Amino acid sequence: MPKSLFQKVWDAHSVRKLANGQTQLLIGTHLIHEVTSPQAFGMLRDLGLKVAYPHRTFATVDHIIPTNELVEPYADPLAQAMMDEIRKNCAEFGITFFDRASGKQGVVHIVGPEQGITQPGTTIACGDSHTSTHGAFGAIAFGIGTSQVRDVLATQTMALGALKVRRIEVNGKLRPGVYAKDVILHIIRLTGVNGGTGFAYEYAGSTFDAFTMEERMTVCNMSIEGGARVGYVNPDETTFAYLKDRPYSPKGAEWDAAVERWKSYASDPGATYDDVMKIDAADIAPTVTWGINPGQGISINENVPSPDTATSADDKAGIIEALEYMKLPAGKPIKGTKINVAFLGSCTNGRLSDFREVAKYVKGRKVAAGVKAIAVPGSQIVALQCQKEGIDKVLAEAGFEWRDAGCSMCLAMNPDKLIGDQLCASSSNRNFKGRQGSITGRTILMSPVMVAAAAVTGEVADAREVFHVANN
Amino acid sequence: MSLAKITSVSGRGVYVPGNDIDTDRIIPARFMKCVTFDGLGEFVFFDVRHTPEGKPTGHPIDKPQHKGATILLSGANFGCGSSREHAPQAISKAGFKAIIAENFAEIFFGNSTTLGMPCVTAAREDIAKIAAAVEADPQTEVTIDLVKLEARFAGQTVKISQRESARDALVNGRWDAIGELIEGLPTVRATAAGLPYMAA
Repeated sequence: MPKSLFQKVWDAHSVRKLANGQTQLLIGTHLIHEVTSPQAFGMLRDLGLKVAYPHRTFATVDHIIPTNELVEPYADPLAQAMMDEIRKNCAEFGITFFDRASGKQGVVHIVGPEQGITQPGTTIACGDSHTSTHGAFGAIAFGIGTSQVRDVLATQTMALGALKVRRIEVNGKLRPGVYAKDVILHIIRLTGVNGGTGFAYEYAGSTFDAFTMEERMTVCNMSIEGGARVGYVNPDETTFAYLKDRPYSPKGAEWDAAVERWKSYASDPGATYDDVMKIDAADIAPTVTWGINPGQGISINENVPSPDTATSADDKAGIIEALEYMKLPAGKPIKGTKINVAFLGSCTNGRLSDFREVAKYVKGRKVAAGVKAIAVPGSQIVALQCQKEGIDKVLAEAGFEWRDAGCSMCLAMNPDKLIGDQLCASSSNRNFKGRQGSITGRTILMSPVMVAAAAVTGEVADAREVFHVANN
Repeated sequence: MSLAKITSVSGRGVYVPGNDIDTDRIIPARFMKCVTFDGLGEFVFFDVRHTPEGKPTGHPIDKPQHKGATILLSGANFGCGSSREHAPQAISKAGFKAIIAENFAEIFFGNSTTLGMPCVTAAREDIAKIAAAVEADPQTEVTIDLVKLEARFAGQTVKISQRESARDALVNGRWDAIGELIEGLPTVRATAAGLPYMAA
């Protein structure tokens, strides 16, 4: 019977059925970072357990590290304590740690692919909900809690119920000035923030076929924002070309065998799905959020919703709560809304292609007066490549602060935070209340090029107009 | 490892209204700079319980009549957002033993179950009935019965539901899977041996 990639990978990694009906699933690759792992190591010690497969866990630091401070001890003693803790744990349990001194440190979801650790047909888990990013390679990648981090450390498995699979097909060519970020914001707008609960998403169609790996990662990254724990794209030649010659990719004869095996995991023609959703790429516009969850999005030329046009009582209450928090007038254009901060970076949009695209447009332009703009490469390797290409200089000359690698203002567990009710044009993934570090801080999610347009104009703007992108 | 069989939870309830209450709201990220979960309880819902100036906002869980409540009532898509176990840990360490909501985000639900904190769903109108009862008399005892799949309060009974794998794990005392997972290690090794990328 034809099977989807999800079913094949699930079957290949199923160890056994547990008493409650869940599956004991082998997690081939485990990624850890400083925030959700220390308690797990503590639990291991309390239970007197060892790490079962230390060579299959990889660590880095991203959430708490300051991106404007390289010298330790860090000004924040709690950040330093977490740094010390992960170093100690990795050394004690024999885990590879991409520390800052390695030159390979970065946001965990950027480091895994960059190193070739993320591979097709594998299962991956990490104590971070954006682990779905790795699905771009045709892996089944789960965000997990700390007790499950413990489970994976101790047994290289976790207990899990099977997911349903929804195929989301996007077909056609994106219009100029429309990016992968817009695709996922558009999808979440359609499904709502819980429409994906219980599903793994298989992203497919000619739009995804044409996407680079970095574009696929951007979409898979935000699957959880629509409620789906897992999102993936079937592996193809684009996937294999990206992985060739990466540090952890198979080499020589092993490479050829691996590619054959990887191909075999792709969904079979005729595979059945629990649900199918079809989207025409031409219907997707540059999309921005106006509210307090990633499903509250509109195209740049639409008006902010009004409670009067709500489709239900729930919708109405949601609009009222969001507009009150965001301090946005109902029924008015979002375009022209003044911003205070522009943030480029995160596991969603902190990759080389993101900075290349932004540099192309901001070259020779200036960040608007009064706007604080920061550009945070997702990894040290991304940072280095940006330097080689002069991207860091272009951004710095335009008025962006060029930082070291980390999560930075995506979640503000580090010195980068909004102040008061500042409004941030952000290439990150969440616009929850208080997400960027101030309890009244406001976030508008958008693509990196839209962030650049907001940075140079000082307001939410249509990047196609600001940068004269031909709309044909 | 022997775990308690959680067949029912009883206690006073408190209603925290709203849909899509996300994990950042449950435990703001700045409180996650910690290497243990101890002490997270006092920071649960911190930014909704305090003004930017740090004054109490009169959040339901801070109301004197609801102090000591152990059953949290809320709306739809509770716990959406990040995978941080800090969220259910904060709720649990604040003294809550169970949550009743219209539905839950996937990862939050699993994390809570692993802590032995049942998350059960009920219809909106039924949650409203329980909320009305605990508002009218905060001393009302609410019982979540995982065997009969019903909630009882103030002489009323409403239906609740829970994913069977979680319910089974709770009532049979196997909600923390670690023991079972360890038992499976020989089979794990056999499965891993069939996957080339698992080789050392």
